[in-house]
Amino acid sequence: MTDAVAQASAKAAPETMAWDSGLRRLMMIYLPLGCFVLILLFPFYWMAITSFKPNAELMNYREHNPFWISSPTLAHVKHLLFDTAYPRWLWTTMMVAIGATTLSLIASTLAAYAIERLRFRGSPYVGLGIYLAYLVPPSILFIPLATVVVQFGLFDSPLALILVYPTFLVPFCTWLLIGYFKSIPYELEECALVDGATRLQILRRITLPLAVPGLISAGIFSFTLSWNEFIYALAFIQSGANKTVPVAILTELVTGDVYQWGALMAGSLLGSLPVAIFYSLFVDYYVSSLTGAVKE
Amino acid sequence: MSVTTLSSRVLAQRQPSWLVRLFDYKPFLIVICLAPAIGLLAVFLTYPLGLGIWLAFTDTTIGQKGIFVGLDNFQYLLSDPLWWNAVFYSVVYTGIATFGKFALGFWLALLLNNHFPFKSLLRAIILLPWIVPTVLSALAFWWIYDPQFSIISYLLVDVLHWRTTNVDFLGSPWPARFSLIAANIWRGIPFVAISLLAGLQTISPSLYEAAMLDGASAWQRFRYITFPMMMPILAIVMTFSIIFTFTDFQLVYAITRGGPGNSTHLLATLAFQRGIAGGELGEGAAIAVSMIPFLVFATLFSYFGLARRKWQQGEAND
Repeated sequence: MTDAVAQASAKAAPETMAWDSGLRRLMMIYLPLGCFVLILLFPFYWMAITSFKPNAELMNYREHNPFWISSPTLAHVKHLLFDTAYPRWLWTTMMVAIGATTLSLIASTLAAYAIERLRFRGSPYVGLGIYLAYLVPPSILFIPLATVVVQFGLFDSPLALILVYPTFLVPFCTWLLIGYFKSIPYELEECALVDGATRLQILRRITLPLAVPGLISAGIFSFTLSWNEFIYALAFIQSGANKTVPVAILTELVTGDVYQWGALMAGSLLGSLPVAIFYSLFVDYYVSSLTGAVKE
Repeated sequence: MSVTTLSSRVLAQRQPSWLVRLFDYKPFLIVICLAPAIGLLAVFLTYPLGLGIWLAFTDTTIGQKGIFVGLDNFQYLLSDPLWWNAVFYSVVYTGIATFGKFALGFWLALLLNNHFPFKSLLRAIILLPWIVPTVLSALAFWWIYDPQFSIISYLLVDVLHWRTTNVDFLGSPWPARFSLIAANIWRGIPFVAISLLAGLQTISPSLYEAAMLDGASAWQRFRYITFPMMMPILAIVMTFSIIFTFTDFQLVYAITRGGPGNSTHLLATLAFQRGIAGGELGEGAAIAVSMIPFLVFATLFSYFGLARRKWQQGEAND
């Protein structure tokens, strides 16, 4: 399993050394790992390669090796950027994701601070209640929420999405941030209190700066989750111009009987890029907070 | 407590602003801090949840306020073969996909728990299917499952010569059902693997050392140490996975939209088709509400089923 175990096995029973021999390791670890990586990444490769293939190659596997591009073209990307409202969709998605993330971060930071730091009777129950909210799936909520959105006069407005996305972002972020606040020593705040700082000063000068890694994780999770959201955006947005990327690609680009696979895949690739770039910048936060959240 | 009162008295002398004093008053601060989160959740989650349950008992349509019709919607659903099919497929979809995700995800986690170069890079790469928007990767699968130009068909027919005709992935019910399940498993493996990897890393190596000294085989070490120690995390991750797989919407909507012949409708996609696209809000809400008993059952089953064993094993280990 781990190094310690490997050493222990070597000490305990010399014949297990043979088990760890190169070939064995290759067959038991590297080969299956390679298969996993291949299968997990293949759809992205296929997406990328389709985006730059001319139509003639896309539909002809006999004369062209389907796994490679003989004459790459930017025609699909060009079509997407200049003949469709794709830039507008990207912009809308970006605004919605940033808006919902900001709103959720503010709400959940304050909530997590109150639950974990201001400790009052019933704070565990409030925490549990917010956590349980995460378990209410959007598929149950979207029909009544659509009527609520209409009531508020927000139908077909990206603002509706900014207000609705926190329903699944706030529980998640609060949960994550409670863990971070927990890791900050209580004594720091007590000292500041004794020195005469107000609670707001403490929050702004001591607790928040120390919770920055948590805020970053919560922020990237919120951003990616908002970027990925589909069912609310599908149900609440009507006009082509106001759609988010995932919805727009599916409802505006999929037309007729002959699918424009090149443009569709280019759209998927471009739509995935912001999240992938964002992810790669903060990948360590991402993995560690994901694993941290599970350990909690 | 005494510290608090002392400091606020000191502060009151130094800065007698009423605003500062108000923010130092703990109950006020608690209310202010909780207000945004609770407010958002109350208006956009709790209220709609209640409204949805109410709508399920009305005959509301889009643009028309409905009246209370009691259990009519549910009675209608019970006689509706499409609803039964959606229930059937939702259960099959959740069952097989969850099993697949956990079997493969656990395997991947065990593999990643070994030492090899570029480990953190590999971990980062492996999470990609989970990061990328589901609909966008679903579109890639749609293209991979294309009846004419599927790359899988090409491999099977032209490269390996295992088949003579293209596979009709999405053209008939069972192949379409399994194609969707495969895509769902593909998307779920990374999350399960990374979560379980976190669990694996909390298991103390001394347990394995002791087992090795006692002469336990690799399988016995997995069966009597790894598996029971992983139970608490398995219970949580599986509960989440079951809830979100059962209520899945995106994959099916993007790849088959419930077709061919309504065979791949999940309850969520059926609710959308009836409620939003068809305008029958009441009936759509009833379909959505009909998911709740399954969710409660699945949650209790996965969480307490696994957690109970955790207790038993935990007692034994102590």
